Amino acid sequence: MRLRAQVAMVMNLDKCIGCHTCSVTCKQTWTNREGTEYVWFNNVETKPGIGYPKHYEDQERWKGGWRLDAKGRLVLRSGGRARRLSRIFANPDLPTLEDYYEPATFDKDVLVNAPGGLADTPVKQPRSALTGEPISLEWGANWEDSLGGAHERAGTDPNIVSMPAEAAARVKFEFEKTFMFHLPRICEHCLNPACVSACPSGAMYKREEDGIVLVDQNRCRGWRMCVTACPYKKVYVNHATGKAEKCTFCFPRIEAGQPTICSETCVGRLRYLGIVLYDEDAVLAAASVQDDRELLAAQRATFLDPHDPETMRLAHEAGLPEEWVLAAQQSPVWRLISDYQIALPLHPEYRTLPMVWYVPPLSPVLDAVGAAGRDDTDADDVFHTIRDLRIPVEYLAELFTAGDADAVAGVLMKLAAMRSYMRARTLDGTVAEELCEAIGMTGQEVEAMYRLLAIAKYDERYVIPAAYSRDAASLEEQADSALCSLDGPGGPGMGGGGPVDLALGPVGGER
Amino acid sequence: MSIVIWIVLPYLCLTVFVIGHVWRWRHDQFGWTTHTSQLLESRILRLASPLFHLGAFGVIGGHAIGLLIPAGWTEAVGVSEHAYHVVAVWGGAFTGAMMCAGLALLIARRRLTPRVFRGTTVADKALFATLGTMALLGMTATVGVNLIGPGFDYRESLAVWFRGVFWLHPEPHLMVEAPLVYQAHALGGFLLLALWPFTRLVHVWSAPLAYLWRPYVIYRSRVGAPPVPMPPPAVVRRASAHGTNR
Repeated sequence: MRLRAQVAMVMNLDKCIGCHTCSVTCKQTWTNREGTEYVWFNNVETKPGIGYPKHYEDQERWKGGWRLDAKGRLVLRSGGRARRLSRIFANPDLPTLEDYYEPATFDKDVLVNAPGGLADTPVKQPRSALTGEPISLEWGANWEDSLGGAHERAGTDPNIVSMPAEAAARVKFEFEKTFMFHLPRICEHCLNPACVSACPSGAMYKREEDGIVLVDQNRCRGWRMCVTACPYKKVYVNHATGKAEKCTFCFPRIEAGQPTICSETCVGRLRYLGIVLYDEDAVLAAASVQDDRELLAAQRATFLDPHDPETMRLAHEAGLPEEWVLAAQQSPVWRLISDYQIALPLHPEYRTLPMVWYVPPLSPVLDAVGAAGRDDTDADDVFHTIRDLRIPVEYLAELFTAGDADAVAGVLMKLAAMRSYMRARTLDGTVAEELCEAIGMTGQEVEAMYRLLAIAKYDERYVIPAAYSRDAASLEEQADSALCSLDGPGGPGMGGGGPVDLALGPVGGER
Repeated sequence: MSIVIWIVLPYLCLTVFVIGHVWRWRHDQFGWTTHTSQLLESRILRLASPLFHLGAFGVIGGHAIGLLIPAGWTEAVGVSEHAYHVVAVWGGAFTGAMMCAGLALLIARRRLTPRVFRGTTVADKALFATLGTMALLGMTATVGVNLIGPGFDYRESLAVWFRGVFWLHPEPHLMVEAPLVYQAHALGGFLLLALWPFTRLVHVWSAPLAYLWRPYVIYRSRVGAPPVPMPPPAVVRRASAHGTNR
């Protein structure tokens, strides 16, 4: 048993409106540079859709993630070590720019400098951001937004292709009457990262303290095997530096106790960040379970209950600061994943044990209830519809539970029951205990879950202990005692108490 | 003159080679990369790159055998002069042709794909020009001189001089007699060594053989100086609501 702490995220898909603020602020922060024009550490996809890069979920094509070999051993889908090195001169499974998109810019001076009195409106032409040549725009990072062009392509969504034929036909039928939801994606900071395992240089690593997966830019030699190995295609080649880059989980912010940029700026307030404690020694076994559908439970089983005295003892032994243990106990991520069990991992069948989980969207189901002429406020009707229509439950199952529709339906029922319970509670003050029994929760738990999901206060969504709380405390002591103090008698800062006071208002009556 | 060309220049190049590598390793880890362009163009690269690299391995191996192993040694183990010659010339011609074809394709690809050409540095251009010239000279020496031409026994002259450079006992007179192609190829080889540390060729030294036996998942501890602790967001919000005070 080896206890480790991991910073993890949960996204509540019901609240995502697809505004792309996360993508834009992330790009402004991290990838607004030459060489990363096509790179989106955070992107928001419309599902159903083929995604970014195209068909990235088709692992027969891209060879991402892990699989079990004939003897049941866990191996990278892209092959063993020798096979990987044999492909180092040309990687046959590397997406090219065409699989992402050719980034474009516009010559806006054409508009600004257009002379007055033109008969025709001047037009700015798209130009390749790489070569400056005029190009025609045929694809983009978000070409499929809100089902754009879906009638042509979304049928080839790997999740639809891999569904049981009968269910796929029904999804397709429903889909032609349109259902959709948004799926924001960042690096999963996996417990069993395939990219790290495929890196020939050993430049990629998982941080011991917080589990963030990073690329050491000084050690990366540009062998580009990580791009192939990542089944989520969230490692990118910077074509200007010739090195791999990826989502950093905004580690400088996390270290300072602040949420990532994508979380901080999320308009729908749908992201949750917190600590999960897990047993590193259990990771390999969990990733190697035979049945794909057991992976969800196996991964949950690697997580350690932060309230368990045994966990606390292990954390103490591992030298985890008290503040981190407290944060783990208050972690919204732990609550959503393990307490309420309403968050699910994205594509657990890739066997990387991803650490960005999702609360599946209930809204498309409620639409279906309405369409079926049922009462979407009646829990019985909703339950019935979830079971009966199975749309898009089986589609969601392809995304989140390796095809186990019952597992997704169970989560949706909890969410539906919560809505009905709170509606009754708010409108006429009745406490519908029978609803709680059906989902195996108490009324108190349902209300706490409601508060976390619907009220979603800033301090409850983000519980991140600063990495440096202890360092900082000792540094402050040093500064107070040893360094020249400006606060001493006659000193220029006499009476002041440091930057926080300065920021708060006039200090010591000075003006 | 022959002393300058066959003694001073080689040592100058070797010095640049060594000091250049030390300098680059210490000061430019960030630039130490294959600088892959497969993202930008994959179709031609998938044929050309393996062709070039595998050909280059053969060529490097051939050079090692030809230059480092004295003729007396191969004869001592019973390899006749004729047998050696046949293997060396045909092996060299074959792998050399592979390498040349791969290099030609790579250069054409780089020039004709606008995206790739835009990312080509001065060092790249110097490297490709040198490699191309050297490959052509080498092929001329192997095919032109030894296969269809009069032949030249480089093992008794050029190779001896080459080894002499490393024994600190170079004999320039051995090179003066050599055909012009061999002279140019030998000199160009040392110039390539001098160019080496300043180009993407440094990736050769990072061939990831250690990958074969290291553990899959690497854990590393956070290192570096702690950042300045930030006040909690609520404090920042309150502060900005107050506006600036001074």
